[in-house]
Amino acid sequence: MGCSSSSAKDKKSEKVLRATLIIQNWYRGYRARLKARQHYALAIFQSIEYADEQSQMQLSNFFSFMLENYTRVHEEDPKLASRLFESNVQDIKDRQDYVGLVEVPDSYEGPRLQFPLSFPDIDLLIEAFKKQQILHAHYVLEVLFETKKILMQKSNFTHINTSPSKEITICGDLHGKLDDLFMIFYKNGLPSEKNSYIFNGDFVDRGKNSVEILMILFVSFLVYPNNLHLNRGNHEDFMMNLRYGFTREVLHKYKIHGKKILQMLEEVYTWLPIGTIIDNEILVIHGGISDSTDLCLLHRVQRNKMKSVLMPPMSIIGDNASNLKKNKLGVTINMPDKTEQNDSFSEQLSKHEWEQVTDILWSDPRGRKGCYPNTSRGGGCYFGPDVTSKVLSKYQLKLLIRSHECKPEGYEICHDGKVITVFSASNYYEEGSNRGAYIRLSFGTSLRFFQYQVTKATYSKPLHQRVNTIESSAIKILKERIIGRKTDLIRAFQLQDHSRSGKISTTQWAFSMENVLGLNLPWRSLSSHLVNTDKNGDIDYMSSFQDIHIEKPVKEAQSTVIETLYRYRSDLQIIFNIIDSDHSGLISMEEFRAMWNLFSSHYNVHIDDFQLQSSVRIPYASDPQLSGSGLQG
Amino acid sequence: MADDREGTVAELQKKIKEAFEVFDRESNNTVDVREIGTIVRSLGCCPSEGELHDLIAEVEEEEPTGYIRYEKFLPVMTKVLLEKRYRPIPEDVLLRAFEALDPAKRGFLTKEELIKYMTEEGEPFSQEEMEEMLAATIDPETNAIHYKDYITTMMIDDS
Repeated sequence: MGCSSSSAKDKKSEKVLRATLIIQNWYRGYRARLKARQHYALAIFQSIEYADEQSQMQLSNFFSFMLENYTRVHEEDPKLASRLFESNVQDIKDRQDYVGLVEVPDSYEGPRLQFPLSFPDIDLLIEAFKKQQILHAHYVLEVLFETKKILMQKSNFTHINTSPSKEITICGDLHGKLDDLFMIFYKNGLPSEKNSYIFNGDFVDRGKNSVEILMILFVSFLVYPNNLHLNRGNHEDFMMNLRYGFTREVLHKYKIHGKKILQMLEEVYTWLPIGTIIDNEILVIHGGISDSTDLCLLHRVQRNKMKSVLMPPMSIIGDNASNLKKNKLGVTINMPDKTEQNDSFSEQLSKHEWEQVTDILWSDPRGRKGCYPNTSRGGGCYFGPDVTSKVLSKYQLKLLIRSHECKPEGYEICHDGKVITVFSASNYYEEGSNRGAYIRLSFGTSLRFFQYQVTKATYSKPLHQRVNTIESSAIKILKERIIGRKTDLIRAFQLQDHSRSGKISTTQWAFSMENVLGLNLPWRSLSSHLVNTDKNGDIDYMSSFQDIHIEKPVKEAQSTVIETLYRYRSDLQIIFNIIDSDHSGLISMEEFRAMWNLFSSHYNVHIDDFQLQSSVRIPYASDPQLSGSGLQG
Repeated sequence: MADDREGTVAELQKKIKEAFEVFDRESNNTVDVREIGTIVRSLGCCPSEGELHDLIAEVEEEEPTGYIRYEKFLPVMTKVLLEKRYRPIPEDVLLRAFEALDPAKRGFLTKEELIKYMTEEGEPFSQEEMEEMLAATIDPETNAIHYKDYITTMMIDDS
């Protein structure tokens, strides 16, 4: 009958409904937990990245400290002093000096560029790089030489006009990820008179194709100097390149001419414009602004004097000054009468100008009002929505487009729509970590955002696989940090462990980790990956160090030395690279010791000289990263 | 007893704070309202979409701004955790739910069947949710989801 059959039907559909609800509910919960884990992994990557940048800035303080002690260093070890302070870069005026001396052999099968460059050269390069060919040093040098010539003619800020038929595309950080550049050109077309681009800095470091990216961008720039615009990023800086991989990439790909290429690059970087202004209303710069940003001053500064953010300016008094005075950023020192040294110090920005440029290249927007020193990175500042409003309206601008920060979706809008971050390196931290994006705009129309994600596989991995990948990667680098601070961590744990049971509460563990490592992370949520917790919720803190150890086990007595060297390995590598001015990969024991003495007194690291001597050979030989700057002696 | 409970509350609140901060992009103690679902679920709860909607209403400002402030979120979430509300689905209940959709007891659901149920019944999936679930569950050779095996593997991964 009608009633009974419909009620049976109702019952069945009710059963189906309930089952569906259960499955949907469960799946949404599962998916959300995956997304949360993804966020935790990104938080780990980001906090470690910024902590690294902070220590990079500390390194600059170290160099300032060395300059302060210049007189003493010079007296004790004139050779070391000249290695450190002498400018390596000769003024590259004569093309013959560089390009002319490098010949391309007939056997070379890579791409051959024809100067003056034209559109086919862009295509030629792209096809060659897709086949993983290496551009010959001759062409690299020639491109750099020509690029510098044209860049010198550009102002600090390029003013551009757009119209609905002349849109412009803005790309953010690429960081040596060639696949992302290919993806952008594939989706958006190659640069041309009708297809303008702005590349907003950080073309190099971290990825493995920084050279190729630079070559494609510079060649495109030479072919279309009025349509391809390049802004300087904080990684267009030879000191940053020493730490973040570009220097290594160049020296590896160009074993004979690498040094020349690096020297030319130092100069080319300084001539990159600071920013772009579109239609007199959109400011495009790499990092951000501060509450004291003075665009008029920035239009006027001699930008090529900004060699590196890590070489802050010093003021100099002549030989007759008898008093030594210190100011906040640099020092006034009594220079010995040596003309070469005077050359390297005379061409500098003023302290105020230097700070203005650093703010542009390093600052980050934040929700909090006001302007604060950017403590994560160690340079530039955090600027709030009030600062944005104030600065934009002061110069009658409507929008700030910047890059500098990795965003999961490739772009992010903040400060009430007045600030947009665009980041173009997808999978930046790890495969699956984030999308890349670019913006297309023209005057009078709304912005359009385009996103992409480059993956090696032909199909996308499901979410849980991607999350597992980035999570294990993040945990691995976090554990490396932990092992680098083992002694300090144990001391902190033991302070909390009154009963000497080897166990402390989750709160005590989280507190110690955050304090010692200086990383603001969700420790409780991460604890399951890092330590053993018993059923009472207490943590066996020594299990923080399981599963990972520095390559060769060493005697306990020397563990502090190893740890310290391991922790400072990036800084030390940079310093080695500077001392090792012929890039041979070798410095003498004496040079190392002299360096170490300065370094350790500045950082307040106290290690017995004897311990240092006997142990120093061990970690460097076994650590593959360090043996590149191998010690012998 | 009172001390224990205080300790528990303090610990819970620290957990809530951590989960909240990870989504607090601008470090100003607010999160986008669209992330609330993820935060609540990352803390181990499994509210339905309807229950989530009610929860959001509790933590929203009187005039919704699109952002949820930590000060409003914390007390509500603390209560949810203490009352052990929105408990997750046990494995056997989930299995029976799949079996209810597979009356012929084949041991699997076809891709089309899964799409139909998930996007037409109950609290339907968005296209993104559906695509993600398919990518994770469908066996490309048979174009079906063998739910028993799937549940076992996913439960381990999720814990």
